[in-house]
Amino acid sequence: MKPKALTGSEAMANAFKQIDPDVVAAYPITPQTPVMHAYSKYHADGEVTGDLIRVESEHSAMSAAVGASAAGARVMTATAANGLALMWEIVYIASSMRLPMVMGIVNRALSGPINIHCDHSDSMGARDSGWMQIYAENNQEAYENTIFAMKLAEKTRIPMMSCMDGFITSHSVEGVNLFDDDKVKEYIGEHRPRYPLLDVDNPITQGPLDLFDYYFEHKRRQSEDMFQAKQVFKDTAKEFSEFFGKPMEEVEKYKTEDAEYIIVALSSTCGTAKEVIDNLREKGKKVGLLKIRLFRPFPSNEIREALQDARFVAVLDRSETFGGFGGPLFTEIRSAMYDTNVKIVDYIYGLGGREINMQMIEQVFCELESYETEEIKEYVKYLGVRE
Amino acid sequence: MKPGWRELEEGGKILNAGNSAEHKTGDWRTFRPVLKEEVNCTHCMFCWIYCPEGCIEAKDGKRADILLDYCKGCGICAKICPVKAIEMKDENEFK
Repeated sequence: MKPKALTGSEAMANAFKQIDPDVVAAYPITPQTPVMHAYSKYHADGEVTGDLIRVESEHSAMSAAVGASAAGARVMTATAANGLALMWEIVYIASSMRLPMVMGIVNRALSGPINIHCDHSDSMGARDSGWMQIYAENNQEAYENTIFAMKLAEKTRIPMMSCMDGFITSHSVEGVNLFDDDKVKEYIGEHRPRYPLLDVDNPITQGPLDLFDYYFEHKRRQSEDMFQAKQVFKDTAKEFSEFFGKPMEEVEKYKTEDAEYIIVALSSTCGTAKEVIDNLREKGKKVGLLKIRLFRPFPSNEIREALQDARFVAVLDRSETFGGFGGPLFTEIRSAMYDTNVKIVDYIYGLGGREINMQMIEQVFCELESYETEEIKEYVKYLGVRE
Repeated sequence: MKPGWRELEEGGKILNAGNSAEHKTGDWRTFRPVLKEEVNCTHCMFCWIYCPEGCIEAKDGKRADILLDYCKGCGICAKICPVKAIEMKDENEFK
């Protein structure tokens, strides 16, 4: 298989094309625009069979996606940052109604002040919306995660966000190995919706009023099914790996086995961290990376198993919680590691697309090593901000 | 006993069509429509047509009883009645 030179957006759009959903409803927003641009061209050129609904806002995009999915269609959409924020109300409704759609998220900082570059504040804000979330390190993963997400969403009937870093991944060209169209078609298979509205012989009601005597039970069920999705992820990932010969895991353990100092991160920063780790390993440093690929449902057991033998762990958070104790990844990792002896610190970094480079990651490892002799004074630090 | 969370269909879907009959909405009512004894109903059937819940019974082309199981007490029947034969009375009077 010869790799093709594609941006992350083009890679994701190829996944859309090969899945060929019945309905795509989307509104353009930087840096998601090139995903929809490429998909619109496939649509205009007759390379896909599904409908493309060009709506007037993201609120309408998600509403159209909900309607189409409830009707029984296989549905995809994509957005970023403020677009996701405008969808907010309907994002929760999609997951609550158990509509298995996939949404590409090209991670971008939320306004204000207005900024179009990468951080994870948009999708982290939606972490409790009842959607699954998977994060891509590079263009190849943006492509593979999106195909996988469609399968997992339809198996669990829980919608899934397939996230990649805005510009860093979405607008950068890398070699991407695309699967054959037929192979993806075979993998994805036919969509068999559960109780679709268009099944007129079996009329049902979706989205009814649900007050104090039923809402709590429905939420409890939603919570349990999200928890059970951890096992479905495992089974589906195994199936994916066997089918395509590519790994698919909740977390990637990069040289963590004997590592004393481990960095935990999401998305493109992991690529940079791996390079630093390779260099430090040559110097005899026992360092490693735990890449979180699946963030929702949160793979706490896998994380605990990967980190429990480390001495010091640094979590890199590309979003802020404003008044919380550290970033969203940090608080969950600390909770997963509660009552172990591992010391964990947090670094908020890269907000609004601020660069994270190899020197900065090396500095984090140096600081982790320094805690062997020095007391940890600050558990939450800011990396790369001007003091 | 209402079903526990394990027994409910996911996503709040309701699978049995026409189940709204099981949900008696009459207990929302604050005011109850009552026929006035001193006014003769002309059986024009306006109340029967206008009632959003179908609570006015019709028999042999004439208005019959007002059925209260689903009557929310909206008062449309009293408002629409041309001879003002229906009065809305405070529910507390019937306790």
